[in-house]
Amino acid sequence: MKKLVLSDVHESLGGKMVDFAGYYMPVQYSKGVKFEHQIVRQEVGVFDVSHMGEVFVSGENSLDFLQSITSNDVSKLTVGKVQYTCLPNADGGIVDDFLLYKIEENKYLLVVNASNMKKDLMWINDHNSFNCTIDNQSENYSLLAVQGPHSIELLQQLTDVDLSEIKYYNFKIGNIAGVDNVILSRTGYTGEIGFELYVRNEGTKQLWDALFSTNIKLEAIGLAARDTLRLEKGFCLYGNDINDSTSPIEAGLGWITKFTKKFVNSENLKKQKEEGVSRKLVAIELIDKGIARKDYLIVDVDGKEIGVITSGTMSPTLNKSIALGYVSSEYKSVDSEIYIQVRKKQIKANVVSLPFVK
Amino acid sequence: MNIPENLKYTKNHEWLKVEDNIATIGISEFAQGELGDIVFVEVDTEGESLDMEEVFGTIEAVKTVSDLFMPITGEVTEFNETLEDEPELINSSPYDKGWIVKVEMSEMSELDNLLSAEEYKNLIS
Repeated sequence: MKKLVLSDVHESLGGKMVDFAGYYMPVQYSKGVKFEHQIVRQEVGVFDVSHMGEVFVSGENSLDFLQSITSNDVSKLTVGKVQYTCLPNADGGIVDDFLLYKIEENKYLLVVNASNMKKDLMWINDHNSFNCTIDNQSENYSLLAVQGPHSIELLQQLTDVDLSEIKYYNFKIGNIAGVDNVILSRTGYTGEIGFELYVRNEGTKQLWDALFSTNIKLEAIGLAARDTLRLEKGFCLYGNDINDSTSPIEAGLGWITKFTKKFVNSENLKKQKEEGVSRKLVAIELIDKGIARKDYLIVDVDGKEIGVITSGTMSPTLNKSIALGYVSSEYKSVDSEIYIQVRKKQIKANVVSLPFVK
Repeated sequence: MNIPENLKYTKNHEWLKVEDNIATIGISEFAQGELGDIVFVEVDTEGESLDMEEVFGTIEAVKTVSDLFMPITGEVTEFNETLEDEPELINSSPYDKGWIVKVEMSEMSELDNLLSAEEYKNLIS
């Protein structure tokens, strides 16, 4: 298991440490998941998500290369912009989903899931018939996500970069807390206002300490709250809601699948989009008491299997049981009556629209 | 760590308070701390007679689902229904308001196999 720059700091803050994707990481701190969740919704919290992978792709043909392997339209990116996209595989599934940054002309940054790092690098290298340079910098970068309504006010105290001018899914590279060349990215996985700060490992501790030095109260937030926060907004988690065998069309990621260009498996996906798919990822709210968990079956009123849950939790904001899952297409519309098989019981549930929390 | 002297414990981190042939059962302070925020408790065995080690319910934290095991043989006579709306009582008051079920014991000799406070303390330390 690898340590992050700040693993010991998290432990000393009372972090309950686990092995996550091969990294020693805090799943929660001493005040608990619900507390952490509310702090991010109402104030501001910081997540150390340095396990995420940073892969730079550069070269004259980098645009053509990325167009050929990703689902979204890279030509729409200008320097300073970020795009959510995925790497479709040849069999209808997804290799990984990630953020793509245009750092400068002919230089891009891919921020990928740690658990998929090896697979992604193999995939990207195998498809690199464009002579691009692929530079995995994951071991040299940390990533701190500062999220919540007070995040900009807090961060602005530490930098001269005007953060209010950076729009959602845009970034600037600048000095913050005395650390140079930090990528200040107006993105996040919580649905709140916030920034993700990519910092070289030499500056991580200095930046972390500075975040806690302002006059705005800040709490450290663990992976468990990261999961409940993203689920309330209906953001997909690779390994749960999407994987090697779920297509972006099935997963509701048609909006990042652009047929203005050719890419891996684009013919098939285009057909899916035109002709429809037999199953869809939907948002589910349980009506009767119970919690739907990953891999629980979804059944119809007669108990016949019609799908499977991919993520589920008790929403701390709504105090309701919410889930994502794949259902046969005839059950995809809002208000479809479905049931979740929870141990011996079938719990009544409803298909609802996303996000769960507005 | 609070481990009341007057209770019996199990290796599954449950506690029992015995009054005549009735045992009140909950989970220990250590267990609730390990589980984190409890968000749901389900007991649908009320009125059933169950053997020792049988599952009598489930307790769910934000990220985990754990079975609750009968520490002794007997009939589940009562479920603490306040937990349906306030499962967090298990976190805030594990030995009092957070009790889970009452069981009418049918094999009193099984009590001899349970752990004392001292033995339980050694188990978790």
